[in-house]
Amino acid sequence: MSAVLLIEQALNGLQFGVMLFLMGAGLTLIFGVMGLINLAHGSLYMVGAFAAAAVAGATGSFLLALVASLVAAAIAGVLVEVLVIRRLYDRDHLDQVLATFALILIFSEGTRWAFGSFPLFLDRPEWLAGTVMLPFGIEYSLYRLFIILVGLAVAAGLFWMIAYTRIGIQIRAGENDREMIGALGVNISALYTLVFALGAALAGFAGAMIGAIQSVQVGMGEPVLILAFVVIVIGGIGSIKGALVGALLVGLTDTLGRLLLPQFFELFMEPAAATSVGASLASMAIYILMAGVLLFKPSGLFGSTA
Amino acid sequence: MTEPILKVEGISKSFGAVQASKDVSLDLRMGEIHALIGPNGAGKSTLIAQITGGLVPDRGRVVFGGQDVTGLSTAARARLGMGRTFQISALAMEYTVLQNAVLGALGQRGGVFRFFRPVMKDAALLDAARAALAQVGLSDVAQVRTAELSHGQRRQLEVAVALTLRPRAFLMDEPMAGLGADGTQVLTKFLDELRAQAPILLVEHDMDAVFALADRISVLVYGEVIATGTVDQIRTNSLVREAYLGEEIAP
Amino acid sequence: MRRETTLNAALMAALLAFPLWAYAVDEPFLITLTTRAVVFAIAGVGLNFALGLGGLVSFGHAVFFGIGGYAMGILAFHAQSYTPIIDGWLVIEGTKSMPLIWLVAVIVSAIAALGLGALSLRTSGVYFIMITLAFAQMFYFFAISWPAYGGEDGLSIYVRNGLGGLNTMDPIQFYAICYTWLVVVLFFVYRAARSPFGLALSAARQNEARVQAVGQVPYRLYLVAYVISGAITGLAGALFADLNRFVSPTMFSWQTSGEIMVFVILGGVGRVFGPVAGAVLFILLEHVLGGLSAYWHVYLGAILLGVVLFARGGLFGLIAGREVAHD
Repeated sequence: MSAVLLIEQALNGLQFGVMLFLMGAGLTLIFGVMGLINLAHGSLYMVGAFAAAAVAGATGSFLLALVASLVAAAIAGVLVEVLVIRRLYDRDHLDQVLATFALILIFSEGTRWAFGSFPLFLDRPEWLAGTVMLPFGIEYSLYRLFIILVGLAVAAGLFWMIAYTRIGIQIRAGENDREMIGALGVNISALYTLVFALGAALAGFAGAMIGAIQSVQVGMGEPVLILAFVVIVIGGIGSIKGALVGALLVGLTDTLGRLLLPQFFELFMEPAAATSVGASLASMAIYILMAGVLLFKPSGLFGSTA
Repeated sequence: MTEPILKVEGISKSFGAVQASKDVSLDLRMGEIHALIGPNGAGKSTLIAQITGGLVPDRGRVVFGGQDVTGLSTAARARLGMGRTFQISALAMEYTVLQNAVLGALGQRGGVFRFFRPVMKDAALLDAARAALAQVGLSDVAQVRTAELSHGQRRQLEVAVALTLRPRAFLMDEPMAGLGADGTQVLTKFLDELRAQAPILLVEHDMDAVFALADRISVLVYGEVIATGTVDQIRTNSLVREAYLGEEIAP
Repeated sequence: MRRETTLNAALMAALLAFPLWAYAVDEPFLITLTTRAVVFAIAGVGLNFALGLGGLVSFGHAVFFGIGGYAMGILAFHAQSYTPIIDGWLVIEGTKSMPLIWLVAVIVSAIAALGLGALSLRTSGVYFIMITLAFAQMFYFFAISWPAYGGEDGLSIYVRNGLGGLNTMDPIQFYAICYTWLVVVLFFVYRAARSPFGLALSAARQNEARVQAVGQVPYRLYLVAYVISGAITGLAGALFADLNRFVSPTMFSWQTSGEIMVFVILGGVGRVFGPVAGAVLFILLEHVLGGLSAYWHVYLGAILLGVVLFARGGLFGLIAGREVAHD
């Protein structure tokens, strides 16, 4: 195995991790500020992907498609928050899980009804097609590199927003003490809607970016949602920094596990058996990682101990 | 003199820069009520948590019935005979009063991993539970759902559940909290008699009750025990007057 | 009689009468439909033991449903292909015997629940929900990527497994087996809810500090409840696989976990017979709405949302009143 392949896969892991961060950041913000567990976050990811595919199909512009994904997911987020989620903040987690599970059913079947069961395709634009030469003679997909850079830029923007802006201060206040933000004279209801819309927009954006690599179809959101859960369980619920570290860990573990585990088993097994054992274990690697973190830090790497 | 049932030996506990307990030592002797008082934020709750097992001290140890229990869980300490009541009633609200008492009796007897015999038809458990309810005067409301009890009745039930454990010592965290004058009077009389059954470590804000009941008082200020003594000794202790009652010492 | 008791009796009687009627008018499809409801009900009763009594919001019960299913699939697959499961110094053969398959399904599910529960119960609240969901996904992907037993395509079993002299391929006879299991499981759960264990477990859900103060360890109570819960759902998985004569990774999917939870919620959390009502209602909706529209999940979602937002006690709550009785 060459070092080039390893680095290339590490970059793929980074790309995967960055996208998981966009999902995980929204989930962890929503939980941190509102105490809500949102299973329908994957549906917002799907909404973003479908909106992007539809707009790209109509206009041919990839940038417009990305904007559409942000806008559509944010609007869907606001609608869902105002109509349903708002009634769930004071409920227990079971009610939140069920109501947002019901939302998944409605979103998925509604999308199937509107767009049909066949996958849509979102083509990456020409200016992002092909590969780019990186140092050390590594040839890498330009689009994936674009995802990594954009994703990191969004992450940096998010950290900046939370650290330095007024809204960021309110979010941090809300995470620490929900009653305090009321005392600060913040319109809590508007803040909650805003945070939910922000999380939704991030998810929708991730859906559009990934939609250009994979196909855009109903049910695409939930597997990513569950991975995002793994991410924030590892990072610690409520912590944006934890979400970033968790996302990168999960992205790298998954991608490198698929590359390295079969080769590892080939050291002492027949190739065919090694491939199947390695692949099966690789599919479990991130969950084993999660179990390991749970053993030593039940509230995640950056979670509060409470 | 017999060995104290409970000994707290040099306990210290810090949370970051805040030292919540500073080298605290106290003991609880048979037959006595030992009151623990101190202003808000003095570290009473932290101390109680370390005695009952909710928190592990950084240094020092807790000895109960001659056994070092510092590393034991809350449940294990309860099984050894630490009967506690909570500052804010901690009861199974969906259950009837009797069910809460049976839960305590079950804890005392053991054998929770039985899946087939109806627990509310177990004569031994019911007898123990009813006896405890009778002792605190809750027999009439045995079949009432706990959520429907008055505040005062919940405090009584807390004591009854602790009684079902047949504890060797009681730890009571502000049992008078929120009781009216009448309720306080009734409970004061009750605790007065209870000390013969098992000694009580009493955390309490109500000074009248403390002065009426306590054999000894320990005063906790900023995580430190600044004085331990009889009611009269504490009343006249200048350190206590200064730190706790906020009075200037006359020059 | 209390209304809840009446409702329970009516439900169980209807589940007896309806298939018999279907049998009399020769509608085997309706019998099979009812069998599905009964098997789902068993899975729901399993989850309800952890969720209703212990307050453990497990969004990963598909694990046990799937393990039960694959226990049946793997044992029967080896029996029908005359290949041993393990062939070394120790030889383990497959089997087509239902009782053996049930035993294996229950034991393996219980062991899985012990392992997963021991890890997941180190946490609580939202963590627990997410972790159970994630572990179920792990089993799902494992089932897909493990090629020996069909991978994504699953395993087909040609003939239902055997039980004594019964013709298990006859819908009404197979139904009788499943109904009997439902009664047995309900009886066990009914008794367990009133046992010392049930009292302590339910108290732990209501107030953990209280049960600790009376000398119980909540973690142990939860873990035992989780194991029992997993074992019951595993049994349902084995019956479900036998009903379809087919197992696939879908049994491990998050949708399956969600559906098992829906059975519990539609019926009413914490009621012994709640999941039975919920599963019957689910099958009824699936049959009626599914006939109206291919997109019936939209309506299911809307109904579920309505139940959560406006009728929290589920069907039992609507009919028998909000309070869950503790006698």
